[in-house]
Amino acid sequence: MLVDVTRTIEFATSLRYRRGDLSEAENRELFGVHANRHGHNYRLDVTLRGETDPVTGMVINLTDLKAILEEVVMSRFDHKDLNDDTDLFEKRPPTPENVALVIWELLEEAVPNGLLARVRLHAGADTTVEVAAGA
Amino acid sequence: MPTVRKTRSYRFPSAHVLASRELSGADNDRIFGKCANPNGHGHDYGVDVCVEGEVDEATGEVAPTHVVDAIFDETIRARYSHAMLNDLPEFETEVPTAKNIAKAIFQALAAPVTERTTARLASVRVIETSNNHFEVRA
Repeated sequence: MLVDVTRTIEFATSLRYRRGDLSEAENRELFGVHANRHGHNYRLDVTLRGETDPVTGMVINLTDLKAILEEVVMSRFDHKDLNDDTDLFEKRPPTPENVALVIWELLEEAVPNGLLARVRLHAGADTTVEVAAGA
Repeated sequence: MPTVRKTRSYRFPSAHVLASRELSGADNDRIFGKCANPNGHGHDYGVDVCVEGEVDEATGEVAPTHVVDAIFDETIRARYSHAMLNDLPEFETEVPTAKNIAKAIFQALAAPVTERTTARLASVRVIETSNNHFEVRA
């Protein structure tokens, strides 16, 4: 029987919507107020799906998952600027969709055994983006 | 490619009466209990609207948030917020239970989401109280 394991973390960043291929004026025209540097508290639910190990009763050791999330997400993003402290948003603006997709791509590399099933990013109280393994 | 869904969460207050015109007063009281009070009662409804699709490379969005918000405001909030739901045409024959509200909102939003964005409506969740919520999916 497959079991979903979800761990939730929170991080705070600054960001601005900006595409490197556009001028300052074009970015402002396209993204409006989001082209200004601003910030968000993000909450991230990371869900792994798998069989429980018959000996340990675990899908994954949560200590290992915590370490992966620290290394992959927290150390990169928490109290950082998404545009200037990473090179992940040079081509795509850090919308909730793209932040969630980038985290999905980074975690797909880092989470062992294809266990990653879903990331859900809460960007403020009113917007949630979910990225899940394709149908 | 992974699937990407974006959910916007809205709130509005509405009044309703849970009673069917096809039932007697006694039957409505028996089935709907205190919710059948003919003078009505109300809730602060929460509605989560989820759209699904490809992320547009130019904007970085599945659907522009301001367009989804505008569709919701024009189609639902303008009619449902601070209103008696039983007075709306969609609840003329259907009882405005949270399940029927979720279905009505889904039906009202599906076409404009398709027409005005490149995404599709994936689900509508109506949160009636902290104890109950109802979700309709495509």
